[in-house]
Amino acid sequence: MTRYTDAFRERGAAQALRARLADDAARLDGDFRAMEVCGSHTMAIARYGLRELLPPRLRLVSGPGCPVCVTDPGYLDAAIALGRQGAILATFGDLLHAPASAGDLAGARAEGVDVEVCTTPLAALELARRYPDREVVFLAIGFETTVAPVVSLVPRARAAGLRNLSLLTAFKTIPPALEALVAEPDVPLDGLLCPAHVSAVIGADAYRPFAERHGRPCVIAGFEPLDILLGLHGLLAQRLRGEARVENQYDRVVRPGGNPRALALMHTLLEPEDAHWRGLGTIPGSGLRLRAAYADTDAARRHGIEVRPGRPRPGCRCGDVLKGRIEPADCPLFGRGCSPDRPVGPCMVSAEGSCAAAFRFGLLEPGANRR
Amino acid sequence: MCLGLPMRIVELTSEGAGIAEMDGLRQEVDLSLIEDPAPGVFVIVHAGFAIERLDTAEAEARIRLFEDLAASTPEAPPPA
Ligand code: SF4
Repeated sequence: MTRYTDAFRERGAAQALRARLADDAARLDGDFRAMEVCGSHTMAIARYGLRELLPPRLRLVSGPGCPVCVTDPGYLDAAIALGRQGAILATFGDLLHAPASAGDLAGARAEGVDVEVCTTPLAALELARRYPDREVVFLAIGFETTVAPVVSLVPRARAAGLRNLSLLTAFKTIPPALEALVAEPDVPLDGLLCPAHVSAVIGADAYRPFAERHGRPCVIAGFEPLDILLGLHGLLAQRLRGEARVENQYDRVVRPGGNPRALALMHTLLEPEDAHWRGLGTIPGSGLRLRAAYADTDAARRHGIEVRPGRPRPGCRCGDVLKGRIEPADCPLFGRGCSPDRPVGPCMVSAEGSCAAAFRFGLLEPGANRR
Repeated sequence: MCLGLPMRIVELTSEGAGIAEMDGLRQEVDLSLIEDPAPGVFVIVHAGFAIERLDTAEAEARIRLFEDLAASTPEAPPPA
Protein backbone atom coordinates (compact mmCIF):
# COMPACT_ATOMS: atom_id res chain seq x y z
CA MET A 1 0.00 0.00 0.00
CA THR A 2 1.80 3.08 -1.18
CA ARG A 3 -1.11 5.51 -1.00
CA TYR A 4 0.62 7.50 1.71
CA THR A 5 3.55 8.24 -0.54
CA ASP A 6 2.14 8.15 -4.10
CA ALA A 7 -0.79 10.45 -3.39
CA PHE A 8 1.73 13.09 -2.32
CA ARG A 9 3.52 13.01 -5.66
CA GLU A 10 0.65 13.83 -8.05
CA ARG A 11 1.51 16.07 -10.96
CA GLY A 12 -1.85 17.86 -11.18
CA ALA A 13 -1.69 19.17 -7.64
CA ALA A 14 1.96 20.11 -8.16
CA GLN A 15 0.96 22.26 -11.11
CA ALA A 16 -1.81 23.89 -9.10
CA LEU A 17 0.65 24.67 -6.31
CA ARG A 18 3.11 26.01 -8.83
CA ALA A 19 0.48 28.52 -9.96
CA ARG A 20 -0.28 29.49 -6.36
CA LEU A 21 3.36 30.03 -5.58
CA ALA A 22 3.69 32.25 -8.64
CA ASP A 23 0.69 34.30 -7.43
CA ASP A 24 2.16 34.54 -3.93
CA ALA A 25 5.54 35.61 -5.27
CA ALA A 26 4.03 38.31 -7.47
CA ARG A 27 2.71 39.96 -4.30
CA LEU A 28 6.05 39.89 -2.46
CA ASP A 29 8.02 43.09 -2.26
CA GLY A 30 11.37 41.30 -2.65
CA ASP A 31 12.97 37.90 -2.69
CA PHE A 32 12.02 35.27 -0.12
CA ARG A 33 14.73 32.83 0.88
CA ALA A 34 13.32 29.69 2.42
CA MET A 35 15.80 27.46 4.17
CA GLU A 36 15.11 23.76 4.12
CA VAL A 37 16.89 22.68 7.24
CA CYS A 38 16.81 19.00 6.60
CA GLY A 39 18.86 16.95 4.16
CA SER A 40 15.92 14.71 3.37
CA HIS A 41 14.12 17.82 2.07
CA THR A 42 17.22 18.79 0.10
CA MET A 43 17.31 15.38 -1.52
CA ALA A 44 13.57 15.40 -2.38
CA ILE A 45 13.82 18.91 -3.81
CA ALA A 46 16.64 17.78 -6.10
CA ARG A 47 15.10 14.43 -7.00
CA TYR A 48 11.72 15.85 -8.00
CA GLY A 49 13.15 18.94 -9.65
CA LEU A 50 11.06 21.21 -7.44
CA ARG A 51 13.28 24.25 -7.98
CA GLU A 52 12.06 24.38 -11.57
CA LEU A 53 8.51 24.84 -10.37
CA LEU A 54 9.30 27.87 -8.23
CA PRO A 55 8.96 31.52 -9.18
CA PRO A 56 12.29 33.38 -9.36
CA ARG A 57 11.62 35.39 -6.21
CA LEU A 58 11.28 32.28 -4.09
CA ARG A 59 14.73 30.90 -3.45
CA LEU A 60 15.51 27.65 -1.68
CA VAL A 61 18.55 27.53 0.52
CA SER A 62 19.86 24.28 1.97
CA GLY A 63 20.69 24.25 5.65
CA PRO A 64 22.88 22.09 7.86
CA GLY A 65 20.45 19.21 8.30
CA CYS A 66 22.47 16.27 7.11
CA PRO A 67 23.94 14.38 10.07
CA VAL A 68 26.80 12.93 8.04
CA CYS A 69 27.69 16.37 6.65
CA VAL A 70 28.01 17.95 10.07
CA THR A 71 29.95 15.08 11.63
CA ASP A 72 33.40 16.39 12.41
CA PRO A 73 36.41 14.61 10.93
CA GLY A 74 37.79 14.36 14.48
CA TYR A 75 34.88 12.12 15.44
CA LEU A 76 35.74 9.75 12.61
CA ASP A 77 39.43 9.89 13.61
CA ALA A 78 38.41 8.75 17.10
CA ALA A 79 36.22 5.98 15.72
CA ILE A 80 38.98 4.68 13.46
CA ALA A 81 41.43 4.80 16.36
CA LEU A 82 39.08 2.62 18.45
CA GLY A 83 38.79 0.23 15.52
CA ARG A 84 42.57 0.01 15.26
CA GLN A 85 42.67 -0.88 18.95
CA GLY A 86 40.51 -3.87 18.15
CA ALA A 87 36.93 -2.71 18.60
CA ILE A 88 34.24 -3.76 16.13
CA LEU A 89 32.74 -0.56 14.73
CA ALA A 90 29.02 -0.78 14.06
CA THR A 91 27.73 2.05 11.90
CA PHE A 92 25.00 3.29 9.61
CA GLY A 93 26.22 2.91 6.03
CA ASP A 94 26.02 6.66 5.38
CA LEU A 95 29.16 7.24 7.41
CA LEU A 96 31.43 4.84 5.52
CA HIS A 97 32.79 7.36 3.06
CA ALA A 98 32.62 10.50 5.17
CA PRO A 99 36.11 12.01 5.27
CA ALA A 100 38.13 11.70 8.48
CA SER A 101 41.21 13.90 8.87
CA ALA A 102 42.94 11.27 6.74
CA GLY A 103 41.06 8.49 4.99
CA ASP A 104 37.62 7.23 5.97
CA LEU A 105 35.90 4.23 7.57
CA ALA A 106 35.78 2.35 4.27
CA GLY A 107 39.54 2.76 3.92
CA ALA A 108 40.09 1.65 7.50
CA ARG A 109 37.98 -1.43 6.79
CA ALA A 110 40.13 -2.23 3.75
CA GLU A 111 43.12 -2.09 6.09
CA GLY A 112 41.59 -4.63 8.44
CA VAL A 113 39.48 -2.63 10.90
CA ASP A 114 36.18 -4.42 11.59
CA VAL A 115 33.44 -2.12 10.33
CA GLU A 116 29.93 -3.56 10.32
CA VAL A 117 27.17 -1.69 8.50
CA CYS A 118 23.82 -1.74 10.31
CA THR A 119 20.43 -0.74 8.92
CA THR A 120 19.05 -0.71 12.45
CA PRO A 121 20.95 -0.05 15.67
CA LEU A 122 19.51 -3.30 17.03
CA ALA A 123 22.01 -5.14 14.84
CA ALA A 124 24.71 -3.97 17.26
CA LEU A 125 23.13 -6.10 20.01
CA GLU A 126 23.53 -9.12 17.79
CA LEU A 127 27.19 -8.27 17.19
CA ALA A 128 27.81 -7.88 20.92
CA ARG A 129 26.19 -11.25 21.52
CA ARG A 130 28.11 -12.98 18.75
CA TYR A 131 31.50 -11.60 19.80
CA PRO A 132 31.43 -11.61 23.62
CA ASP A 133 35.22 -11.20 23.81
CA ARG A 134 35.33 -8.13 21.60
CA GLU A 135 34.34 -4.54 22.27
CA VAL A 136 31.53 -3.38 19.98
CA VAL A 137 31.26 0.38 19.45
CA PHE A 138 28.16 1.81 17.81
CA LEU A 139 28.81 5.06 15.94
CA ALA A 140 25.95 7.00 17.43
CA ILE A 141 25.37 9.97 15.15
CA GLY A 142 22.11 11.51 14.05
CA PHE A 143 19.50 14.12 14.79
CA GLU A 144 16.52 13.73 17.09
CA THR A 145 14.88 11.31 14.63
CA THR A 146 17.57 8.71 15.22
CA VAL A 147 18.53 9.33 18.83
CA ALA A 148 15.89 7.29 20.65
CA PRO A 149 16.32 4.17 18.47
CA VAL A 150 20.08 4.34 19.03
CA VAL A 151 20.12 5.03 22.77
CA SER A 152 17.58 2.29 23.32
CA LEU A 153 20.65 0.07 22.92
CA VAL A 154 21.79 1.07 26.40
CA PRO A 155 18.93 -0.40 28.45
CA ARG A 156 18.63 -3.31 26.04
CA ALA A 157 22.29 -4.23 26.42
CA ARG A 158 21.94 -3.97 30.21
CA ALA A 159 18.84 -6.14 30.24
CA ALA A 160 20.58 -8.74 28.08
CA GLY A 161 23.71 -8.69 30.26
CA LEU A 162 25.86 -7.51 27.34
CA ARG A 163 28.76 -5.55 28.81
CA ASN A 164 30.84 -5.19 25.65
CA LEU A 165 28.66 -2.69 23.78
CA SER A 166 29.18 1.06 23.95
CA LEU A 167 28.18 4.16 21.98
CA LEU A 168 30.53 6.75 20.53
CA THR A 169 28.07 9.62 20.62
CA ALA A 170 27.92 12.65 18.36
CA PHE A 171 24.17 13.24 18.40
CA LYS A 172 23.03 16.68 17.36
CA THR A 173 19.86 18.61 17.99
CA ILE A 174 18.21 21.00 15.57
CA PRO A 175 16.74 23.88 17.62
CA PRO A 176 20.11 25.09 19.01
CA ALA A 177 21.58 24.89 15.50
CA LEU A 178 18.80 27.13 14.19
CA GLU A 179 19.62 29.67 16.88
CA ALA A 180 23.29 29.56 15.90
CA LEU A 181 22.43 29.96 12.23
CA VAL A 182 20.33 33.11 12.61
CA ALA A 183 23.06 34.63 14.74
CA GLU A 184 25.53 34.28 11.84
CA PRO A 185 26.01 37.18 9.45
CA ASP A 186 24.84 36.79 5.82
CA VAL A 187 22.83 33.64 6.32
CA PRO A 188 19.90 33.83 3.94
CA LEU A 189 16.91 32.78 5.96
CA ASP A 190 13.55 34.51 5.60
CA GLY A 191 11.58 31.44 6.60
CA LEU A 192 12.13 27.87 7.70
CA LEU A 193 10.87 24.70 6.11
CA CYS A 194 11.14 22.61 9.27
CA PRO A 195 12.11 18.94 9.08
CA ALA A 196 9.51 16.19 9.02
CA HIS A 197 10.82 13.45 11.26
CA VAL A 198 12.94 15.48 13.65
CA SER A 199 9.67 17.28 14.30
CA ALA A 200 7.84 13.98 14.78
CA VAL A 201 10.10 13.45 17.80
CA ILE A 202 10.47 16.97 19.24
CA GLY A 203 6.99 18.24 18.31
CA ALA A 204 5.72 21.29 16.48
CA ASP A 205 5.84 23.45 19.60
CA ALA A 206 9.63 23.14 19.70
CA TYR A 207 9.95 25.82 17.00
CA ARG A 208 7.69 28.36 18.66
CA PRO A 209 10.45 30.20 20.53
CA PHE A 210 12.38 30.47 17.27
CA ALA A 211 9.47 31.85 15.25
CA GLU A 212 8.54 34.32 17.97
CA ARG A 213 12.04 35.48 18.82
CA HIS A 214 13.29 35.91 15.28
CA GLY A 215 10.12 36.82 13.42
CA ARG A 216 10.67 34.09 10.83
CA PRO A 217 7.75 32.00 9.56
CA CYS A 218 8.16 28.26 10.18
CA VAL A 219 6.31 25.48 8.38
CA ILE A 220 6.72 21.81 9.20
CA ALA A 221 6.42 19.80 5.99
CA GLY A 222 6.64 16.14 5.04
CA PHE A 223 9.29 14.86 2.65
CA GLU A 224 7.02 14.26 -0.35
CA PRO A 225 7.02 16.78 -3.20
CA LEU A 226 3.46 18.04 -2.61
CA ASP A 227 4.22 18.44 1.09
CA ILE A 228 7.19 20.61 0.20
CA LEU A 229 5.34 22.77 -2.33
CA LEU A 230 2.42 23.30 0.03
CA GLY A 231 4.89 24.07 2.80
CA LEU A 232 6.48 26.80 0.68
CA HIS A 233 3.03 28.20 -0.08
CA GLY A 234 2.44 28.28 3.68
CA LEU A 235 5.67 30.23 4.24
CA LEU A 236 4.81 32.81 1.59
CA ALA A 237 1.25 33.12 2.89
CA GLN A 238 2.61 33.91 6.36
CA ARG A 239 5.00 36.47 4.93
CA LEU A 240 2.25 38.15 2.91
CA ARG A 241 0.10 38.39 6.04
CA GLY A 242 3.02 39.68 8.07
CA GLU A 243 2.97 36.67 10.39
CA ALA A 244 5.74 34.58 11.90
CA ARG A 245 4.36 31.47 13.54
CA VAL A 246 4.71 27.71 13.44
CA GLU A 247 2.40 25.97 11.01
CA ASN A 248 2.30 22.19 11.15
CA GLN A 249 1.47 20.86 7.70
CA TYR A 250 2.70 17.36 8.53
CA ASP A 251 0.04 16.79 11.13
CA ARG A 252 -0.52 13.28 9.85
CA VAL A 253 2.66 12.46 11.77
CA VAL A 254 3.78 15.43 13.86
CA ARG A 255 1.95 16.25 17.13
CA PRO A 256 2.36 19.50 19.07
CA GLY A 257 4.39 17.88 21.86
CA GLY A 258 6.24 15.29 19.80
CA ASN A 259 6.66 11.64 20.69
CA PRO A 260 6.51 11.37 24.51
CA ARG A 261 8.05 7.89 24.65
CA ALA A 262 11.04 8.84 22.52
CA LEU A 263 11.53 12.09 24.45
CA ALA A 264 11.32 10.34 27.82
CA LEU A 265 13.91 7.76 26.80
CA MET A 266 16.23 10.49 25.55
CA HIS A 267 15.80 12.51 28.73
CA THR A 268 16.46 9.52 30.99
CA LEU A 269 19.69 8.54 29.28
CA LEU A 270 21.10 11.74 27.83
CA GLU A 271 22.00 15.28 28.79
CA PRO A 272 22.82 18.27 26.58
CA GLU A 273 26.42 19.14 25.80
CA ASP A 274 28.17 21.59 23.53
CA ALA A 275 28.77 19.96 20.18
CA HIS A 276 31.16 20.60 17.35
CA TRP A 277 29.46 20.78 13.95
CA ARG A 278 31.60 20.40 10.91
CA GLY A 279 31.54 23.71 9.09
CA LEU A 280 29.56 25.49 11.78
CA GLY A 281 31.88 25.16 14.77
CA THR A 282 30.88 24.61 18.37
CA ILE A 283 27.22 25.27 19.12
CA PRO A 284 26.29 25.47 22.82
CA GLY A 285 23.89 22.81 24.02
CA SER A 286 23.46 21.28 20.56
CA GLY A 287 24.74 17.80 21.40
CA LEU A 288 23.59 14.98 23.64
CA ARG A 289 25.81 12.74 25.70
CA LEU A 290 25.11 9.83 27.98
CA ARG A 291 24.53 10.80 31.59
CA ALA A 292 27.20 9.84 34.14
CA ALA A 293 25.11 6.88 35.32
CA TYR A 294 25.64 5.31 31.90
CA ALA A 295 29.34 6.16 31.53
CA ASP A 296 30.23 2.49 31.10
CA THR A 297 28.32 2.49 27.81
CA ASP A 298 29.91 5.75 26.63
CA ALA A 299 32.72 4.62 24.32
CA ALA A 300 34.80 7.76 24.88
CA ARG A 301 34.74 7.48 28.67
CA ARG A 302 34.97 3.71 28.68
CA HIS A 303 38.06 3.69 26.49
CA GLY A 304 39.56 6.89 27.87
CA ILE A 305 39.67 8.79 24.60
CA GLU A 306 38.90 12.38 23.82
CA VAL A 307 37.17 13.40 20.61
CA ARG A 308 38.80 16.57 19.31
CA PRO A 309 37.88 18.64 16.24
CA GLY A 310 39.72 17.21 13.24
CA ARG A 311 41.14 18.71 10.09
CA PRO A 312 38.72 19.37 7.24
CA ARG A 313 40.16 18.91 3.75
CA PRO A 314 41.74 22.07 2.33
CA GLY A 315 39.61 23.92 -0.21
CA CYS A 316 36.31 22.34 0.84
CA ARG A 317 33.63 25.00 1.30
CA CYS A 318 31.17 22.75 3.11
CA GLY A 319 30.88 25.26 5.94
CA ASP A 320 29.54 27.94 3.60
CA VAL A 321 27.34 25.41 1.82
CA LEU A 322 25.84 24.26 5.13
CA LYS A 323 25.04 27.85 6.08
CA GLY A 324 23.42 28.49 2.73
CA ARG A 325 25.99 31.18 1.94
CA ILE A 326 27.06 29.59 -1.33
CA GLU A 327 25.53 27.10 -3.72
CA PRO A 328 27.45 23.83 -4.13
CA ALA A 329 28.42 24.77 -7.69
CA ASP A 330 30.10 27.90 -6.31
CA CYS A 331 32.73 25.73 -4.63
CA PRO A 332 35.82 25.62 -6.86
CA LEU A 333 36.15 21.88 -6.24
CA PHE A 334 32.54 21.02 -7.19
CA GLY A 335 32.77 18.50 -10.04
CA ARG A 336 36.46 19.34 -10.37
CA GLY A 337 38.16 17.10 -7.90
CA CYS A 338 35.09 16.57 -5.72
CA SER A 339 32.35 14.18 -6.84
CA PRO A 340 30.31 11.43 -5.17
CA ASP A 341 32.89 8.87 -6.30
CA ARG A 342 35.76 10.90 -4.88
CA PRO A 343 34.31 13.18 -2.26
CA VAL A 344 36.49 15.85 -0.71
CA GLY A 345 33.90 16.99 1.80
CA PRO A 346 31.05 15.23 3.56
CA CYS A 347 28.43 17.31 1.72
CA MET A 348 29.37 15.27 -1.35
CA VAL A 349 29.18 11.94 0.53
CA SER A 350 25.72 11.51 1.91
CA ALA A 351 22.91 11.37 -0.65
CA GLU A 352 21.34 14.06 1.51
CA GLY A 353 24.32 16.38 1.30
CA SER A 354 23.68 19.54 -0.69
CA CYS A 355 26.69 18.95 -2.95
CA ALA A 356 25.77 15.33 -3.67
CA ALA A 357 22.14 16.26 -4.37
CA ALA A 358 23.22 19.06 -6.71
CA PHE A 359 25.71 16.80 -8.42
CA ARG A 360 23.49 13.77 -8.88
CA PHE A 361 20.34 15.55 -9.96
CA GLY A 362 21.54 18.84 -11.32
CA LEU A 363 24.88 19.03 -12.99
CA LEU A 364 25.26 15.71 -14.74
CA GLU A 365 21.70 14.86 -15.61
CA PRO A 366 19.84 18.07 -16.27
CA GLY A 367 16.72 16.14 -17.27
CA ALA A 368 16.70 13.82 -14.29
CA ASN A 369 15.24 16.37 -11.95
CA ARG A 370 12.10 16.90 -14.01
CA ARG A 371 8.99 14.90 -13.36
CA MET B 1 19.37 10.12 7.32
CA CYS B 2 15.99 11.12 8.65
CA LEU B 3 13.88 9.41 6.02
CA GLY B 4 11.03 7.28 7.28
CA LEU B 5 8.62 5.09 5.38
CA PRO B 6 4.92 4.84 6.07
CA MET B 7 4.19 1.17 6.82
CA ARG B 8 1.21 -0.76 8.15
CA ILE B 9 1.59 -3.03 11.15
CA VAL B 10 0.41 -6.50 10.16
CA GLU B 11 1.35 -8.52 13.20
CA LEU B 12 2.64 -8.14 16.75
CA THR B 13 5.37 -10.65 17.41
CA SER B 14 6.48 -9.88 20.95
CA GLU B 15 6.27 -7.10 23.52
CA GLY B 16 7.19 -3.94 21.60
CA ALA B 17 7.95 -5.58 18.26
CA GLY B 18 6.09 -6.66 15.17
CA ILE B 19 5.99 -7.00 11.43
CA ALA B 20 5.12 -4.05 9.21
CA GLU B 21 4.38 -4.00 5.53
CA MET B 22 4.51 -1.59 2.65
CA ASP B 23 4.04 -2.37 -1.02
CA GLY B 24 4.61 -6.08 -0.46
CA LEU B 25 7.76 -5.43 1.54
CA ARG B 26 7.57 -6.92 5.04
CA GLN B 27 10.04 -6.20 7.76
CA GLU B 28 10.52 -6.56 11.47
CA VAL B 29 9.87 -3.30 13.22
CA ASP B 30 10.51 -2.21 16.78
CA LEU B 31 7.31 -0.76 18.20
CA SER B 32 8.52 0.26 21.65
CA LEU B 33 8.45 3.99 20.90
CA ILE B 34 4.77 4.26 19.97
CA GLU B 35 1.59 4.02 22.00
CA ASP B 36 -0.79 1.09 21.53
CA PRO B 37 0.64 -0.59 18.46
CA ALA B 38 -1.83 -2.96 16.81
CA PRO B 39 -2.33 -4.64 13.46
CA GLY B 40 -3.73 -2.16 10.94
CA VAL B 41 -2.06 0.87 12.52
CA PHE B 42 0.12 2.91 10.15
CA VAL B 43 3.51 4.02 11.44
CA ILE B 44 6.57 5.85 10.17
CA VAL B 45 9.54 3.49 10.16
CA HIS B 46 13.06 4.83 10.56
CA ALA B 47 16.14 2.67 11.17
CA GLY B 48 13.96 -0.31 12.00
CA PHE B 49 11.88 1.60 14.56
CA ALA B 50 8.37 2.96 14.35
CA ILE B 51 9.02 6.53 15.44
CA GLU B 52 5.43 7.81 15.27
CA ARG B 53 1.94 6.79 14.27
CA LEU B 54 0.60 8.00 10.95
CA ASP B 55 -2.87 9.45 11.37
CA THR B 56 -4.74 8.17 8.33
CA ALA B 57 -7.65 10.57 8.80
CA GLU B 58 -5.27 13.52 8.58
CA ALA B 59 -3.50 11.93 5.62
CA GLU B 60 -6.79 11.40 3.77
CA ALA B 61 -7.86 14.99 4.46
CA ARG B 62 -4.61 16.22 2.97
CA ILE B 63 -4.97 13.96 -0.06
CA ARG B 64 -8.48 15.36 -0.65
CA LEU B 65 -7.06 18.87 -0.48
CA PHE B 66 -4.52 17.97 -3.15
CA GLU B 67 -7.23 16.39 -5.31
CA ASP B 68 -9.31 19.55 -5.03
CA LEU B 69 -6.30 21.66 -5.92
CA ALA B 70 -5.60 19.54 -8.98
CA ALA B 71 -9.25 19.77 -10.05
CA SER B 72 -9.19 23.55 -9.67
CA THR B 73 -6.54 23.97 -12.37
CA PRO B 74 -7.46 21.57 -15.18
CA GLU B 75 -5.48 23.37 -17.87
CA ALA B 76 -2.18 23.51 -16.01
CA PRO B 77 0.71 23.55 -18.46
CA PRO B 78 3.27 20.76 -18.29
CA PRO B 79 6.51 21.60 -16.47
CA ALA B 80 9.01 23.64 -18.44
S1 SF4 C 1 31.83 20.47 -3.64
FE1 SF4 C 1 33.04 19.05 -2.38
S2 SF4 C 1 34.74 20.31 -1.64
FE2 SF4 C 1 33.17 21.73 -2.38
S3 SF4 C 1 31.92 22.22 -0.57
FE3 SF4 C 1 30.94 20.47 -1.58
S4 SF4 C 1 31.80 18.68 -0.54
FE4 SF4 C 1 33.16 20.41 -0.04
